[in-house]
Amino acid sequence: METILQGVLLGGLYGLFALGLSLMFGVMRLTNTAHGDFIILGSFATLSVISTGLTPIQSLFVTLPIAWLLGYALQRYVLNGTLGKDPLPSLVVTFGLSIVTQNFLLELFSADPRSIETDGFNTRGWALTESISIGVLPVMILVLAVSTTIFLQLLFKYTSIGRSFRAVSDDPEIAELMGLNSKKVYALATGLAFVLMSISGSLQGMRTTVSPSDGPMLLLFAFEAVIIGGMGSFWGTLAGAMLLGIAQQIGFRWDPGWGIWCGHMVFLLILILRPQGLFPKTRG
Amino acid sequence: MTQAEFQVIRSHPSSNALSLFAFLMVSIAASLPLWGESSWMREFVEIACYFIFAMMWNLLAGYGGMVSIGQQVFFGLGGYIMLICGNFLGVNPFIAILIGAVFAGLFAIPISVIAFRLQGGYFAIGTWVISEVARLSISNAQFVGGGSGTSLTALRGIDKATRESTTYWMALFCVVLSIWLVYLFLRSKQGLALLAIRDNEVAAQSQGIAVSRMKLAVYVVAAIGAGLAGALYFVGNLRISPDAAFSVNWSAFAIFMVVIGGIGRIEGPIIGALIFWALNKFFSDYGTWYLIGLGLLAIFTTIFFKQGLWGYVQQRWGWTLFPISRKLQTMGGR
Amino acid sequence: MNPVLRTQGLTAFYGDAQALLGIDFELFTGELVAIIGANGAGKSTFLKCLTGLIRTQLESIIWKGQPIGGTAPGVIVRSGMTMVPEGRRLFPSLTVEENLLMGANAQRHGPWDLARIYKLFPILKEKKYLPSTSLSGGQQQMVAIGRALMSNPEVLLCDELSLGLAPIVIKEIYSAMPEITAEGMTVVIVEQDVAMARRVSKRLYCFQEGIVSLQGHSQVLTNEDISQAYFGV
Repeated sequence: METILQGVLLGGLYGLFALGLSLMFGVMRLTNTAHGDFIILGSFATLSVISTGLTPIQSLFVTLPIAWLLGYALQRYVLNGTLGKDPLPSLVVTFGLSIVTQNFLLELFSADPRSIETDGFNTRGWALTESISIGVLPVMILVLAVSTTIFLQLLFKYTSIGRSFRAVSDDPEIAELMGLNSKKVYALATGLAFVLMSISGSLQGMRTTVSPSDGPMLLLFAFEAVIIGGMGSFWGTLAGAMLLGIAQQIGFRWDPGWGIWCGHMVFLLILILRPQGLFPKTRG
Repeated sequence: MTQAEFQVIRSHPSSNALSLFAFLMVSIAASLPLWGESSWMREFVEIACYFIFAMMWNLLAGYGGMVSIGQQVFFGLGGYIMLICGNFLGVNPFIAILIGAVFAGLFAIPISVIAFRLQGGYFAIGTWVISEVARLSISNAQFVGGGSGTSLTALRGIDKATRESTTYWMALFCVVLSIWLVYLFLRSKQGLALLAIRDNEVAAQSQGIAVSRMKLAVYVVAAIGAGLAGALYFVGNLRISPDAAFSVNWSAFAIFMVVIGGIGRIEGPIIGALIFWALNKFFSDYGTWYLIGLGLLAIFTTIFFKQGLWGYVQQRWGWTLFPISRKLQTMGGR
Repeated sequence: MNPVLRTQGLTAFYGDAQALLGIDFELFTGELVAIIGANGAGKSTFLKCLTGLIRTQLESIIWKGQPIGGTAPGVIVRSGMTMVPEGRRLFPSLTVEENLLMGANAQRHGPWDLARIYKLFPILKEKKYLPSTSLSGGQQQMVAIGRALMSNPEVLLCDELSLGLAPIVIKEIYSAMPEITAEGMTVVIVEQDVAMARRVSKRLYCFQEGIVSLQGHSQVLTNEDISQAYFGV
């Protein structure tokens, strides 16, 4: 059915949102409440860069390195100090960052929704059958989401930095004993997460309109995807995102006012019936 | 070896003086409608709601160890239950405030079943999702005005002065009541159990403390308080809408007040509310810059003053307004 | 001859509680020294101070002539002292081989590499791609030891190797000791099993409630000396 297809495509974008959150929580148990706001920051950053004349693809060469540096620095010099058993400091600091980011964007761009010009690319589509057609951009996003998931899986499983990520996530103290600098490892993880968030932001801006206060909603979607999918697994997060997308699309189909509500309901249902998520990765 | 005698002392000379001062303040405040301007009363009601909500958030996070960004669900539920009682059941709105609070507490029980599946940071966001569900659901409920909300009709027909002073006294009553209840709760055995759980859950459990029951108790109490604040707010506001009732800004402000004032201390929300009110008064005209400033202040305080400003003061100079910790003092003996 | 590692008046705190009240300790190159004592005596705390996991005063630990108290663990490992932690503390998300490779992060030269570890503990070679925590207790202990050896330390600290293991497994673990010390590695073991500690070590220290209650040559000290020092009566 077309709804399910649209849901899967939407899930692709949600997957990109969620992978960054999953990454940060997986490596350092940090819940970044400003996650959605940084994605929107990415959208607006792309908008600004494009307004200087660059194409969307070219803008990536500017925004992605900056995103990496921003994430690295933020983790290294601000967020690292908030890590620990108490969830409150990291929550308050990221919440503060959320407010600062939203209002900063409001100040610079006003509350009007904007979107990123793609010369009609975002409306191009393929007709699969007489009644069903799918957009090129959503398919591209889905492909990107799947490739990113594969990339992260491979990174974590086969590379030295991936080993470091897993080690500091398991036992930061003993990882120090092995000569790992957990502060730097955390910063690398956040840098990577920010790159993902920046890309998602650009894509969100192409797919639809964005405005400075959209952040919290995206955070909730990313969060729901992670919980539905199950923690500890990137494929799980992607699957959770798909399910969320499908649930929302079904809701929208039924009545536009209930679309997001449907997604929330599926989330709550999973939380009640199977709190560990659909595909959790159990640790030894 | 002679047996030393121990005395458990709870109060501190400065706290007795401060308590007397507080009593005087409350008495003066109660007389405000006789000599003050109506705008002062309205402002007080609003700050009272912020404060009660923050105090309950502090109870939940600082003492219960549960950090939530979704407490506004009870704020909104309290408001809407009050509205339903007032508009549709003909109950006196001021009584309805208390009913709203109680029902918020009742709703907390099934909500906790879902929320407690999560821990730490994910618990915080999960409670936010639950609040969003409430907001969206009520936005689609036409009988209470749907997305655009509705007015509290039950207070029409009462003259403005009476309505304002009654609301003001109700607010004052709620403030004193909530402080007193929290203070009593924390001084009690249940309160000590709570502190034990906060410090080390596993150790507390090994001492026979029923951790999950205590957590539920705190969650319910915090919900009742939040519901009280919400119902009171919308009596003062005369108009309710889902976006106002279930806005995450409530939690944001509570977090701000408690972080500035010091978490896990009763005085924290008081100090924080006063600072917040002052900042609001002088800077809220600056709109977005004001909010950016608040955000930066919260970040700065969390990183550099982990105990909050009041906590810093307490450590530096040993002041305590509400003595809930018990000092062990040996008297005689060896 | 100067000791390669020395502590003077070492104190350590957990919050407000003082765990070590002033430890004087000496270690000479090539020897195997044992630390015994009841639970809570401060033995593990002591090792954690040595490796930098617990902060102490700079001057209270002298390593190869340099004061290192409170230095970061990574720095200490790279300079040649590492620990097999109490309770193994393998990385559950890593396989056996990956855990061993973690030890090589210190990038020090020496005789120990994967091949030699697998020769020492052949069972690990069979299980190298398995998640580390799926192995038996004794095998996990081998992984933990191997991981530490991969950093080619000059001084190896072993915290409670026998914890939770059956006697026959403990014997198997300790039978690897001669091979480990063959090139002159200096070893400190913290042991609950007093008999084993006396058997393998040249000297021993007995800790009791945060102080050293007895020290001397393992073969010379009598049973009475030790039980008195152990229990503090």
